[in-house]
Amino acid sequence: MGQAVLKEETAEAKIVALPGQPAVLALPAVQGKPLSQRLMPWLRAALVNLVPPLITVALILLVWQLAASGPQSSLPPPTKIWDEAKDLIVEPFYWAGSQDIGLGWRILVSLQRVAIGFSLAAVVGVLLGALIGQSVWAMRGLDPVFQVLRTVPPLAWLPLSLAAFRDSQPSAIFVIFITAIWPVIINTAVGIRNIPQDYRNVAKVLRLNQVEFFYKIMVPSAAPYIFTGLRIGVGLSWLAIVAAEMLTGGVGIGFFIWDAWNSSRLSDIIVALVYIGVVGFVLDRLVAGIGSVVTRGTAQG
Amino acid sequence: MGYLKIDHVDKSFRRGSATTEVLKDISLVIDKGEFVSIIGHSGCGKSTLLNIIAGLTPASTGGILLEGKEVNAPGPDRAVVFQNHSLLPWLTVYDNVALAVNKVFGAKKSKAERHDWIMHNLDLVQMGHAKDRRPAEISGGMKQRVGIARGLAMEPKILLLDEPFGALDALTRAHLQDSVMQIHAALGNTMIMITHDVDEAVLLSDRIVMMTNGPSARIGEVLDVRLARPRKRLDLVSDRTYIAAREAVLKFLYERHRFVEAA
Repeated sequence: MGQAVLKEETAEAKIVALPGQPAVLALPAVQGKPLSQRLMPWLRAALVNLVPPLITVALILLVWQLAASGPQSSLPPPTKIWDEAKDLIVEPFYWAGSQDIGLGWRILVSLQRVAIGFSLAAVVGVLLGALIGQSVWAMRGLDPVFQVLRTVPPLAWLPLSLAAFRDSQPSAIFVIFITAIWPVIINTAVGIRNIPQDYRNVAKVLRLNQVEFFYKIMVPSAAPYIFTGLRIGVGLSWLAIVAAEMLTGGVGIGFFIWDAWNSSRLSDIIVALVYIGVVGFVLDRLVAGIGSVVTRGTAQG
Repeated sequence: MGYLKIDHVDKSFRRGSATTEVLKDISLVIDKGEFVSIIGHSGCGKSTLLNIIAGLTPASTGGILLEGKEVNAPGPDRAVVFQNHSLLPWLTVYDNVALAVNKVFGAKKSKAERHDWIMHNLDLVQMGHAKDRRPAEISGGMKQRVGIARGLAMEPKILLLDEPFGALDALTRAHLQDSVMQIHAALGNTMIMITHDVDEAVLLSDRIVMMTNGPSARIGEVLDVRLARPRKRLDLVSDRTYIAAREAVLKFLYERHRFVEAA
């Protein structure tokens, strides 16, 4: 094998040599460590991080299988779920009619609602939080109201928003908005109240106007707090969308669960739960990831 | 007439019903190009005085006149080099200076001119090489250099230095003092520096303003430092004028106005 490699390289070297000049044998450039060696640490890290959760999942499935296998068991064991809901698991994006679609599509519909509601909540929340954080009077006036409103469970808003919007789609989005906005407001306000006096002095000496101060000092300085709020907010949104969709109907993942319950498809519900959990986890990591990229540098003095 | 005039400034803080008088009847005239140090024990209100000059704190009575005009709000004509550098940690060294330059000269200079001006000021404090680093990645002395570059880049009429080297180790501090002396010699800025370091005050200043202890701190004495410039740290160690000036400040601080609260 070594022979073959050498042959190839000398062949290449001859092409490199210019005509009319003595052909210098170009030595092959020394390559770094072989691929397998470079991959090793990466593989190791993957193993160390992946194996323990995989073992946990396997154990859970095993216990579940044993516990739910009895003839009187009211819940299906994993093997039964696999038999009954295999198409849902392996084919998230099939499309067979408007109500017979893969869970991936349903998740996307729910995600779209969350995206709209959460984006609105993020923008309005940061602005209101900035107002409360910056102005003592705004805080005195608004903070007590917010503290009361934020304890209202998301679903309690649903009848009111259905009455106001007379349509399920904007109502669901409103529920997401009203759920996600409180942690954003409160965290932004705390972040802005914690802007060091030094930064404010710098802004004063430079005579930054309100808009410049907002973009150049306030937002970057409060960014770690804002992203904490956004992360809590996105988690709450995902909690609320499932419940809201159960009540409003439509295509989302929440309604799918409700529908499956009504037709006693317990296996489908369990598959849907796993989907919801994984998507919620990904959303959380996504916001946290964006946060750590955006706020790099800010967190350190 | 004077370049900067501190005119009968009083300052008292009110907390509830209690009023604390911090500064009493401070009057001082500073000429253009002068380097003035304000020295005093902790809590004597010297930082408050600097903040009043900067416009960050309003005076209770009296006022500040710069070139004959009253100034009572902060502005880039009185740039401040803050004690703890106050660089914005999410901006690079370059961007920290650029923030000031773009704000102050955004309308007057082209983009290329502004870039040159930023680099010029960073080079002035020997920080051009670190322009793309963030404050967390450079040492305390380097941060303070960038803070000085940001102040200078505003082309202020007066540069206010609030204990600029207080948090630095002795060697770094000496380097920065030399840098400030060079900059002062080259640009002829008017500078006011707050310090509690006697050697630093004597080395850098044309005049040293000595404050009595608070509350109701006053200007106790003003000492002219008649040392020729450029001054060299090593030559001054045995210089008679230097020793006399140092002695005068030390005597003021530790004999006549000892810090009574110090245990």
